[in-house]
Amino acid sequence: MIEKQSIPIIQLQKVDKFFGEFQALKNVNLEVRQGQKVVVCGPSGSGKSTMLHCINRLEKHDRGRVVVAGIELNDSLKNIDAVRSEIGMVFQQFNLFPHLKVVENLMLAPKLVRKATKTEARKIAMTYLDRVHIPEQAEKYPIQLSGGQQQRVAIARALCMNPQVMLFDEPTSALDPEMIAEVLDVMVELAKEGMTMICVTHEMGFARSVADLMVFMDEGEVVESAVPDDFFAHPESERTKLFLSQILSH
Amino acid sequence: MEFDFALIFESVPKMATGIGLTLQLLVLASIIGTTLAVCTALMRISKIPLLSWPAIVYIYIFRGTPMLVQIFLIYYGLAQFQAVRDSFMWIALRDPFWCAIIAFSLNVGAYTAEILRGGIQGVDAGLLRAATALGLSKSQRFIHITTPIAIRLALPAFGNETVSLMKSTALASTITMFDITGVARTIMAQTFAPYEIFLSAAIVYLFIAWFIQFGVALAERRYSRHMQR
Repeated sequence: MIEKQSIPIIQLQKVDKFFGEFQALKNVNLEVRQGQKVVVCGPSGSGKSTMLHCINRLEKHDRGRVVVAGIELNDSLKNIDAVRSEIGMVFQQFNLFPHLKVVENLMLAPKLVRKATKTEARKIAMTYLDRVHIPEQAEKYPIQLSGGQQQRVAIARALCMNPQVMLFDEPTSALDPEMIAEVLDVMVELAKEGMTMICVTHEMGFARSVADLMVFMDEGEVVESAVPDDFFAHPESERTKLFLSQILSH
Repeated sequence: MEFDFALIFESVPKMATGIGLTLQLLVLASIIGTTLAVCTALMRISKIPLLSWPAIVYIYIFRGTPMLVQIFLIYYGLAQFQAVRDSFMWIALRDPFWCAIIAFSLNVGAYTAEILRGGIQGVDAGLLRAATALGLSKSQRFIHITTPIAIRLALPAFGNETVSLMKSTALASTITMFDITGVARTIMAQTFAPYEIFLSAAIVYLFIAWFIQFGVALAERRYSRHMQR
């Protein structure tokens, strides 16, 4: 177990990312070991989402290295596919396919990417719908579900591909307050099962209870990274202190 | 003037002899035109200028000129060239039916290409990001995500375009074809009762338009099952 934990599954080394003139990521370094839970926070526009997008190549980084499960992200399509198959991703806006039923949302990638038969794909789908506690919604369309249920479907959809790492991009930011807990509960369960996770979130209660590492980003830089106890009790940087005081003050 | 109801009742069935041709023009031009539109739309959204520019020019020309002028150019204009008359194309181009089909199809192709482009570009980018993150390839994303959603978005405009094409088929009567309008003109020449005759023609067109709109409404319902809460 200790040995397994020492394997870095995600490595970002000196990553820069530009959108035209604007530099979205500046010299970002991050190392995530197997089983680790990393919570990333920071003001909007600080590059948190962009960093996640660079990890599964939704965005191409301009400089530096991104290595996932030993596979370097470069222009090789084979590498990109291999990396994506190791990573599940959950978005702020759920992004469920509106024209497909819940169960079909889950079956699509196993069928197309893993070449599973319809029966196999349905079995996988139902397994994970069970895990997010909404098997009874399988035959509905996404729009018929509440936001919290939709986000749990999105989590299940990512899990169907059996990823080694899960990326969460502000998974509760678009939810009504009463639905946040049901999504966080699923994420906590996932964390307890040993899933490697990177979560961009401002849910500091969640961060305190599951995070192994807190990362604070501002203006495209990793300003501070520390274990939660230190991060909350003794933030080093002034920017971190200011940010924490803003989000924890109410 | 006297309004002759009896003449309307007499004329509508006669008009019906033109329905066959009108429907042939409509269906054939829709099928050929829509196929053309799919190709044009794909070229139009391509990032390769060699593909997108011909599509842009084609759409611009056919949307920017009256269909009547296009029909005359194809039917009367091309026939002036000996080279055209000697080529294999003459088989089609000497026949007013095929000239009409060519003109209508090219028009449908241009208009529907823009409708499809709107549909394709209206698909939420977040859905495509999600599909990418799940590992779907570019073509898989296009087939399984973009296409079904774009069809739903494009359907109402596509229905309008089909009704509009149906009405435009009346232009075929200007190049000797006996579609509904062509038949109406012939009867009018015999009876000198333009009001009753063209009113009859209008009734027949309305009838066809109702069928098209009904069909599109059915398709919209089918494609928007997921929109019903």
